[in-house]
Amino acid sequence: MKKIILIIFFLTFSHLKSDEVTKLHIEIYKNLRCLVCQGQSIADSNSEFAQTVKLVVKDKINEGKSKKEIYEFLISKYGEWIVYQPRFNRGNFLLWFLPYLILIFGAIIIYALIKKRKNNKAN
Amino acid sequence: MKKTFLKLILFALAIFIIGTFYVGLKKTEIYDTKNLIGTNLDNFTLNSLNEDLEINQELIKENQYNLINFWASWCGPCRAEHKYLMNLNRNAKNLKLIGINFKDDKKNANKFLSKFGDPYHYSAADSEGKVSINFGVYGIPESILVDNNLKIIKKFIGPLNQDEYKDIINLTK
Repeated sequence: MKKIILIIFFLTFSHLKSDEVTKLHIEIYKNLRCLVCQGQSIADSNSEFAQTVKLVVKDKINEGKSKKEIYEFLISKYGEWIVYQPRFNRGNFLLWFLPYLILIFGAIIIYALIKKRKNNKAN
Repeated sequence: MKKTFLKLILFALAIFIIGTFYVGLKKTEIYDTKNLIGTNLDNFTLNSLNEDLEINQELIKENQYNLINFWASWCGPCRAEHKYLMNLNRNAKNLKLIGINFKDDKKNANKFLSKFGDPYHYSAADSEGKVSINFGVYGIPESILVDNNLKIIKKFIGPLNQDEYKDIINLTK
């Protein structure tokens, strides 16, 4: 009986671990650009390059490297272009903040218009 | 006053968006990994294609100049550049050619070398292609000119041509 419980326990947890790793793999593959494809990520592509990068990412995960370390390694070889989500830096801060600025600006305009309408109605 | 300010902001925003698109669309740069020029090679270990020998960065340190060429028997453009590699073997005195056979079948690779000639001083095999990532390779053929300090002097993406052949001869004089 004990043996059966141990086997079930082992199978359950080994399954959970493999799921976790697979999710991490896919997450990384989806954020990597296939440099020889037209608008495809490494996850979507079956090109030689994509297959090789997948193998390298798998190895790095098995070596215990974090997502950040894997991205940094690939960026050091292929430049920022290889990642779909670029790192925050001086050159791209507008890319990160502009949508929020536009949102805030839009909200201010809407607020001003509503206020103006209310004032007009009150008068 | 408020209206003028609002108009000014909208105008600036429109100019910014148009400007961004204009600059972006005018850019005709083709992606490459030439940013690696001037950097040093990472340590690597590969097995020799035919001999019981390990090919690594120590071998590169022994030669004044090294041309690391990624190739495969299934790669069409590799055939096109092969004559330049053969000429480099004959004419570039201070240069050693290191061929890295990429994701290939050993039998086919050897058949290719017997048919077209073997220009390489050392032949290594990267059967899974994983080591190529350390060199920033994203397609073959690709050649990397490296000095004995492991410094990348130049990268040649795609098949070598006559101009690049002359360039390598001049750089390794």
